[in-house]
Amino acid sequence: MESLTDLIQYIVQNLINAAQRGSFYAVISIGYSMVYGVLMLFNFAHGDIFMVGTYIGFGIATLFLALFAGLMPAPIIFVATVVVTMFLASWIGVFVEVAGYRPLRQAPRASAAITGLMIGIIFETGILIMLGAERLSFPPLMESVTYNIGGIFFTNVKVLIIIISLLLMLALHGFIQKTKWGMAMRAMSYDFLAVPLMGVSINIIAPLTFAVGAGLASVAGILYGQAYPILDPYMGVILGWKAFVAAILGGRGSIKGAAMAGYLLGFIEIFVATVFPSTLRDLIAYSIILVILTFRPRGFFGMEHSTKLRL
Amino acid sequence: MELARKFKSAFSTVPVLGWMLGFFVAVLIEYYWGYDYISYYLGLPKIPVLFGTLIMLKDPLMIPGALAYDLVVYVLPVLAVGKLTEKLTNPLAALCETLPLALSVIIHLILFYGVLHLWAGINDYRVLVIKLTMISIILTISVNVINGYQGEFSCSHPGFMAIGAYVSSILTLLLFTNDKIFGDALLPQALGPWCFPIVLIIGGAAAAIGSLAVAIPSFRTRGDYLAIISLAFMFIVKSAVENLQVLGGARGMGGQPDFAPLWVIFVWTMLCIWIIHNFVSSILGKALNTVRDDEAASESMTIKTRKTKMSAFMFGAFWAGVAGGLFAHVLAYINPGMFSINRLAEILAMVYFGGLNSIVGSIVGAVSINILGEALRPLELFKWIIIPLILIFVMIFRPYGLISFKEINAKKLLRAKGKKGA
Repeated sequence: MESLTDLIQYIVQNLINAAQRGSFYAVISIGYSMVYGVLMLFNFAHGDIFMVGTYIGFGIATLFLALFAGLMPAPIIFVATVVVTMFLASWIGVFVEVAGYRPLRQAPRASAAITGLMIGIIFETGILIMLGAERLSFPPLMESVTYNIGGIFFTNVKVLIIIISLLLMLALHGFIQKTKWGMAMRAMSYDFLAVPLMGVSINIIAPLTFAVGAGLASVAGILYGQAYPILDPYMGVILGWKAFVAAILGGRGSIKGAAMAGYLLGFIEIFVATVFPSTLRDLIAYSIILVILTFRPRGFFGMEHSTKLRL
Repeated sequence: MELARKFKSAFSTVPVLGWMLGFFVAVLIEYYWGYDYISYYLGLPKIPVLFGTLIMLKDPLMIPGALAYDLVVYVLPVLAVGKLTEKLTNPLAALCETLPLALSVIIHLILFYGVLHLWAGINDYRVLVIKLTMISIILTISVNVINGYQGEFSCSHPGFMAIGAYVSSILTLLLFTNDKIFGDALLPQALGPWCFPIVLIIGGAAAAIGSLAVAIPSFRTRGDYLAIISLAFMFIVKSAVENLQVLGGARGMGGQPDFAPLWVIFVWTMLCIWIIHNFVSSILGKALNTVRDDEAASESMTIKTRKTKMSAFMFGAFWAGVAGGLFAHVLAYINPGMFSINRLAEILAMVYFGGLNSIVGSIVGAVSINILGEALRPLELFKWIIIPLILIFVMIFRPYGLISFKEINAKKLLRAKGKKGA
């Protein structure tokens, strides 16, 4: 009896951890998926957009805490940080689209992939040059309180991360399903040749998509900074590639699939780490993905048609 | 403009042999007088290693000196000797033309290697740069087989390279050296350099077998999903090696014997270029292009698409494994971190910079990215802004790379260039 409750506690504890980790992957991988839906290519700079967003969030949070700490309640500072960061980071997305992807509309997809990789490297190096190699630490935007319910420990930060991620995804769903802009995006991912003929310019929808993806990634960055406060210019590489894998696993262009695959990846990672030595985490996680993709090559919710590569 | 055209027409009569003679003289000048006289009078502390780029970026005051050095040692002798000896070299080139092409190419390559060896012999740094550049050439061409000729977007090359590097390192450490992990040498050490090609081939074969993990899924899918499968493969290899404590885990593995002097790597590089060139111009190689352009149509033309894909992957992976083996023995140290995302970005940069579907393009890409990387080293971090920017511009203005879908005809390149009708 004793051991059974222990086991349940253990599992629930890890479920919470996995949901937190999965939230990051889910929110970031949605950015990959949205861009894929509109432009039919993966934005390899997205991981580094996430990183830049985190640094912007770090700057804004430090600024707001210095200005308003004590004057305003913490939740308002938190919301203000999120909103301002989202706004600023979305311009990074627009910049990447206009500078890196727009000149390559007619180019082969692989060239666009290389451009994305290179923009990512420029971002990493730029941050490294501007801020130096010392590791910055993200200021806590809320006081961490630990709760204990039936032997399961969790902090309010953890719960907030999970809830905010879910809210963000719901908001995005509403945006895509209900608004005019969302409709244009859906139309673009349905047929990107016919839609420009209907008076919807791809040169407006594509930057918008990048902006939304970058905004989401920057919020994920703030939340990530709350959970793991050490900032590092190369943080986007590790997280970004994993989120990219999640986006593919969910089926390219499928936002629902990307979110689900993000959570799945989080669960796989956390549960592998509880059973096996944590150094085996990547090995087993990627092996599972390899097996899934071998038997289900289109991912969970992938479009049925296969695009012909232009090389 | 007029001047440039005159200049070009004046030197268009110099055959490759003449340019090589010019470089030979330049290298001799550097060898005998470079340190004692030329760099001394120009106020340079030592012979500029990479045409003075390093010294120029470190200390802007040295720019005139370094430029003058380049002019005196390289530009003037090469131009002068090339032009003056054209009476001599053109008949020689014509003589070579009468020989079988293979023989003529081999003669040119031997001469080229001689000049390169002398040039590199001046300092160890040059040797290392040339070695790594040549390994990059092998790697880039082997990626081009899959990404260019066969048209997949494969990200698994660092994984293939890691397999080759580790397998060949294990073999040489086990067989030819007294090592802490693997114990005493099983075979006499003198046998080592002779068996090294076999070791490399075994390493390459291991990589080729490993590539089946990517090639078999490619039957059912292509494009983005294959990219992710190959990416997962790369991470799996890296992670597996990290977890194998026998191989040193994340700390890596060192002490590989120095079986790879410059000439060995040169021979392997030339072999690789020759064999891959033959491969892609064979019927099987042409089948790669048809599978890339239209899989269904090529299947209906009785091309076995599965066999084609599998051979492309195994062939590319084999040479990546060989490159990995050479890499391990040049650096005498490897760790799993070397075969990760950074290496992938570097390899893809070289391939797409140089040009798809072209061996010459791959050589150009590998050499330019490597030399650029070394030349900009004094700029430290800014190097990683300049190189990506250059690549972005190449992608914007030449989306398929600098020299794509083109090959150089060796016969045309090496022929005598006399007056019209000569």
